Amino acid sequence: MVEARGLVKRFGDFVAVDTIDFAIARGESYGLLGPNGAGKTSTMRMIACMSPVSDGRLRVLGLDPATDGATIRSRIGLVPQEDTLDLELTVLDNLMVYGRYFDLPKKLIRQRADALLEFSQLSDRAHDKVEPLSGGMKRRLTIARALVSEPELLILDEPTTGLDPQARHLLWDRLYRLKQQGVTLVITTHYMDEAEQLCDRLAVMDRGRVAAEDTPAALIARYSTREVVELRFGPDGNAAAAVVLDGLVERLEILPDRLLLYSDDGDATLEEVHSRGCRPESSLVRRSTLEDVFLRLTGRSLVE
Amino acid sequence: MTRSLDLGPAPPGPRDAAGRRRPATPLWARSLGYWLYQYKRTWRGSITTSFLYPVLYLSAIGVGLGSLVNHHAHTVDSVKYIDFLAPGLMAATAMQIGGNEAMYPVMGAIKWMKTYFAMLATPLGVVDVLLGHLVWIALRLTTVTAIYLAIMALFGTVHSPFALLAVPAGVLTGMAFAAPIAAFSATQVNDAGFSALYRFGMIPLFLFSGTFFPLTQLAGWLQIVAEATPLYHGVALCRALTLGHLDAGPDLAHAAYLLVLTGVGFALARRSFRRRLVT
Repeated sequence: MVEARGLVKRFGDFVAVDTIDFAIARGESYGLLGPNGAGKTSTMRMIACMSPVSDGRLRVLGLDPATDGATIRSRIGLVPQEDTLDLELTVLDNLMVYGRYFDLPKKLIRQRADALLEFSQLSDRAHDKVEPLSGGMKRRLTIARALVSEPELLILDEPTTGLDPQARHLLWDRLYRLKQQGVTLVITTHYMDEAEQLCDRLAVMDRGRVAAEDTPAALIARYSTREVVELRFGPDGNAAAAVVLDGLVERLEILPDRLLLYSDDGDATLEEVHSRGCRPESSLVRRSTLEDVFLRLTGRSLVE
Repeated sequence: MTRSLDLGPAPPGPRDAAGRRRPATPLWARSLGYWLYQYKRTWRGSITTSFLYPVLYLSAIGVGLGSLVNHHAHTVDSVKYIDFLAPGLMAATAMQIGGNEAMYPVMGAIKWMKTYFAMLATPLGVVDVLLGHLVWIALRLTTVTAIYLAIMALFGTVHSPFALLAVPAGVLTGMAFAAPIAAFSATQVNDAGFSALYRFGMIPLFLFSGTFFPLTQLAGWLQIVAEATPLYHGVALCRALTLGHLDAGPDLAHAAYLLVLTGVGFALARRSFRRRLVT
């Protein structure tokens, strides 16, 4: 569906996307995970044929965005990072107007709109203006709008950023259903839980480059241990404790607010911490996540 | 309640309601469709205003002030004051509508509502987005100038069948402002530039383009300045048509001036839209 080779995006002297490669198969759900400024949105905008490629090769649906942009855009759906809904029109009219951009007959758009509003749980708001809707409702409407043309590929740029947890879970559920129906999804996010839940495969991006690419489970297996012990020693105690705990585990990360000890047996490690005389203010044994993968690959946290 | 998605069959290629194949709608016309949809909300107020303004202006200045003018000067450029004034106001109104529609709506579609970006995620390209918007402005201008002409007829200020051509002349006048102003609006980060455009552009033009009095009343050098501005040519053209005082040479020159300005404005707008919308 999408193939990038040596893909580059430059803005003047600034290199936003620095020679990346990836391939996305039909029916796959592919994620670009990274902090703000990693080059995710620039990559997405190139795939959506809204931003010209600076260098390298990009094919979307087998076509070249430089020459077949309009054709590609007629077959994909974009959910941009910032909503571009018309706040003064009603929910239904937003779908009608958007469907007309694809030259769909009004009757067909109307049919699809009914199904999509049902799917997005917005049926009872169909004739309300968009302005007063909640953030989660607006996102769901934006997704419904992107689906009105029945795209083969749906591109979602940070679909749940800024939403409350409940709204996020509802949205994930909708996206998961789409995935099950075979819609190819490309998702950018800086939420590791979102990436773990929705993506079959992930590219971990940092400073315009792809640091690693694989399934979430394989990334965790390759770049982290099975478990992580989190210890908090208060604002000034972390560095001192790190000295005492040196050599206890193969890898130890000192973050501003806590220590991370990477271990395959968290409980055993925690016991050893205590036996070395360390008394953390709080401790937690948890499974490794993509956050740990990111930290390992880039030396930084995903969300500051 | 099922929540799975069944959007029905996808028709291959565009078809009409009966399922027959039909030619694809041009891309710019799809962007025009958006502005028509928007207008469905506001057309009542907008049409009312289009009737109200000419009535107010022509009564107050044309009839009221005009009776004084006629009393003292008898005629202005050898016609009654209201006959002189009305086509000037028509052109000035076209300038205002054309300018307004190319300011806040363009900025809104870039910054606030991001309508252009929504369009650009679909098959539409930058030129389609721009062209659709400008065609919409031309349609708006057509209704406003047609209504203006009808009101002028009621006030008895239409003196020639050529007056019908004052509608396209008015549209052209409005577009000669709309296209370059759209180019300007797409370069602006906020709306501060618009009030400068009103204060130092549109309001002086409104007052000094031969709308209210003949340019011969101005000092020699000011006359030359005024004759170089676009509204003067719109006013002169509309006036020649409604009075029936036609003179092919100058009138074609007025039209050519406005056409060139529209064309240059379009080229500039294409460039500034590209710069702003495609990064």
